[in-house]
Amino acid sequence: MEPVVELVDVVAVLGQFPVLAGASLRVARGEIVLLRGPNGAGKTSLLRLCAGLLVIRRGSANVLGVDLVADRSAVRSRVGLLGHSNGLYADLTVADNVRFWGATIGASADEVLGAMQRMGLDDRLADVAVSRLSAGQRRRTALACLVARRAELWLLDEPHAGLDAAGRDELDAILRAAASSGATVIVASHELERAGSLATRVVEVVAGQVRERAL
Amino acid sequence: MWAITRLLAGKDLRVEMRSRVIINQVVPFAALMMVMFAFALDSDTVLARVAPGLVWLAAMFSLLVIVQRSFALEAADGALDALRVAGANAGGIFLGKALALAAQLAVLEVILLGAALVLYNSHIVGSGIALLVGTYFTATAGLAFVGTLYGGLAVGAKGRETLLPLLMLPVVAPVLIGATRATEAALGTNGATATDGWPWVGLLTLFAVVFGVGGTLSFGSLIDE
Repeated sequence: MEPVVELVDVVAVLGQFPVLAGASLRVARGEIVLLRGPNGAGKTSLLRLCAGLLVIRRGSANVLGVDLVADRSAVRSRVGLLGHSNGLYADLTVADNVRFWGATIGASADEVLGAMQRMGLDDRLADVAVSRLSAGQRRRTALACLVARRAELWLLDEPHAGLDAAGRDELDAILRAAASSGATVIVASHELERAGSLATRVVEVVAGQVRERAL
Repeated sequence: MWAITRLLAGKDLRVEMRSRVIINQVVPFAALMMVMFAFALDSDTVLARVAPGLVWLAAMFSLLVIVQRSFALEAADGALDALRVAGANAGGIFLGKALALAAQLAVLEVILLGAALVLYNSHIVGSGIALLVGTYFTATAGLAFVGTLYGGLAVGAKGRETLLPLLMLPVVAPVLIGATRATEAALGTNGATATDGWPWVGLLTLFAVVFGVGGTLSFGSLIDE
């Protein structure tokens, strides 16, 4: 089966600062891969690289069949990157936000509604301004935006941060459901116990390089 | 590109409808400026003579606040980054934000002109109405394009609140001069006639076209890493 992510000896820089130094990684469709490693090791950079946001200086990178060296912008509409921020507009309602992000790829009203229902954002929350939501509800709204955008590859940076125990369980269930429905998930996390139980595979990022680890 | 333009413009205007920051904060700020100008100059003759310049100065300072607000929305929760990841056409983002900015600025400028007519005892000459409309249209477009371009440039920079006026005000100086002269002609200030104003509208049009096309083509590299 063709891999969703295939990085071979990738070197990437941010400004003049090298953030990935010969990283190689292969991820198959439907996998949930945990990236672990110390702060500054390159986990976030690896996610941003897969989202087509970093310039590749050396090596080869293929994500969802797109050669990132040739055209990294072509992959962007097919991946969903959820970093430390949620990418939401605080003054707009939950429904406004999901509708907006869905509209960037031409999602229908039914798809938007379906994405909200899948994330447990019922009618009671749909018309609430994002500024009035809890951290967990904002995270769920952001995930609904990824679903509405039909993201094939979910790149999540510390997705459990700021969530209570119930919110974490809910998020894990959402990610498992996403993977079982054909999406591929890569999670960068320090919470090894939590994210480790979720992952089908763990890879360690150290000093901009990637090493496979046993679960 | 046009779908993203419509989407971004609609989103920015919806944010304003829900938050009412422009109506509740920027409009009173602009009106207050007009009153303060009147206090500072304290002469009906002088105020009537300089009214067009004061209207455009107040519009320009208000523009700074609106641009800061427009890009703070995108930066606050990483939405601009998310737009890039979503593969939204950068030219469409530029035009959409500029369109929303222009709509908000146009409303503000009408209020400022009304304030000048009331507070500074200015009058619109009948033959100057078309000139006034042309001036407002082209100057607003130019200001919106420059505001969006420099807002995008400053959004990721340290100290963007102070950097934006420093970068933007020198660039919009031609709009201030052109719009003031054309408005003077439309209002018949200082003996000017409507025909004196049209060459300035030409300059404002050229300015808007240059920054509109330049911004659409270059916005992607401005917001990309």
